[in-house]
Amino acid sequence: MKDLSPDQIARKSWMGLMAKAPKGQVAQLLDAATDRPEFTWLRAPEIGSVMVQGRAGGQGAPFNVGEITITRCALSLPCGTVGHAYIQGRSKPCAEASALVDALMLTEAADSIRDNVLTPLQETQTKARDTRAAKAAATKVDFFTMTRGDD
Amino acid sequence: MYVAVKGGERAIENAHAWLAEERRGDTDVAELSVEQIREQLGLAVNRVMAEGSLYDPDLAALAIKQARGDLIEAIFLIRAYRTTLPRFGDSLPMETANMACDRRISATYKDLPGGQILGPTFDYTHRLLDFKLAADGETPQAPERVATQEPVPHVTSFLNQEGLIEEAPREDTTPPDLTREPLEMPSPRALRLQALSRADEGFTLSMAYSTQRGYARNHAFVGELRIGAVPVEMDIPELGFAIEIGEVTLTECETVNQFKGSKSEPPQFTRGYGLVFGQTERKAISMALVDRALRWEELGEDNVGAPAQDAEFVLYHADNIQATGFLEHIKLPHYVDFQAELELVRKLRADAMAAQMPEAAE
Repeated sequence: MKDLSPDQIARKSWMGLMAKAPKGQVAQLLDAATDRPEFTWLRAPEIGSVMVQGRAGGQGAPFNVGEITITRCALSLPCGTVGHAYIQGRSKPCAEASALVDALMLTEAADSIRDNVLTPLQETQTKARDTRAAKAAATKVDFFTMTRGDD
Repeated sequence: MYVAVKGGERAIENAHAWLAEERRGDTDVAELSVEQIREQLGLAVNRVMAEGSLYDPDLAALAIKQARGDLIEAIFLIRAYRTTLPRFGDSLPMETANMACDRRISATYKDLPGGQILGPTFDYTHRLLDFKLAADGETPQAPERVATQEPVPHVTSFLNQEGLIEEAPREDTTPPDLTREPLEMPSPRALRLQALSRADEGFTLSMAYSTQRGYARNHAFVGELRIGAVPVEMDIPELGFAIEIGEVTLTECETVNQFKGSKSEPPQFTRGYGLVFGQTERKAISMALVDRALRWEELGEDNVGAPAQDAEFVLYHADNIQATGFLEHIKLPHYVDFQAELELVRKLRADAMAAQMPEAAE
């Protein structure tokens, strides 16, 4: 894997966050944060699939497990900034909102969008993940020795 | 001879209208929503996603509702829908070592890094009907405990450090895809794993069970079973780097199998592997056992003629949509075929009777 620049790492992070967001959440946060800018479609939202690969033995040669549904689109703001979205599931409105956030994160609005859209998204996902991890931890077995038969 | 006939349109329309009414059932009972199916019949949804080979819980729940709970019919609907989607590309291979585990157990090691995590399991329940579920129940609340951030490494990696298990060398080849090219024999392991991951659960279970009962016995231990969420990454050409495009829940089973060794390999453990969409534990364990049985040739084992060693038999009969399509088509009109058979049997009988006539005259 080639090394990414800090800007690419940041973009990879927010695009991944939006790809996994619960349906409707990106649009809701975006609309609460700002009026939507005008834009033109470079690629109107389209629904498709991606073939997901696993590895034999968890680590060996790749094989195809099955597909997931993905919605993607690309748009440009009047200033020429291009936003992309690849999100899980089949929601064109979610893809549109995600591509707008992606584009706005490349403009002067970035700080405001980060605070009002990305940070809450991150908090929701971290909380959901931590809750599941805490429930899993509660089912972790604590073995204790009752008797030992070798003396 | 081919005879085209028309008719039956009204009967078909009315049959479908009745199907819709029967699907709804008693209208005094509240209608089931797709969201209810998705949230409360999660394991049925998981099976439809795994065998439909398309991870989308909303679609799987809709398919179950439309199919009146007939899961093979629901899988059929998902497979049909899947073919309408343009393919955007392939993901990078998922790293199941980074799974956020809901469940992770090992039958081979009691104490292991990451621990034994039972997760939301039916194991250790008494299998007694719970009549509280038939009444209006309270919302259950699962206890929580502070989670340690320790890594949860694959169990086979411990054995690998000692060299006691066969290597599974990391490769970055492009795997064959049976949704693009027909499944042909002999099939490489990557293709077998794809076919098994989407195979019918019942068929895979029975094949796996046959190996346990002695048909190609290979002494499987569940080295590890883990269930949890794994991110899916894909290279995005317009960006020039890979991003996470989603997350899937997977069940992964690694079996550790006895192996006496062969001409080229010392005695060691070998691997069977199962990886299936969703929380689909029975299927993933079955897949690992069948995968191991099918590996006899590459491991230099004897073919003992067991069904589970026969890749052609297993893989050509494991897909429930192919199977049900061919099976169910025989109930559709075969009037002309049958007419021909009828004529043939009448003629053979007449010939046989004529041949017997001289005897009767004597």
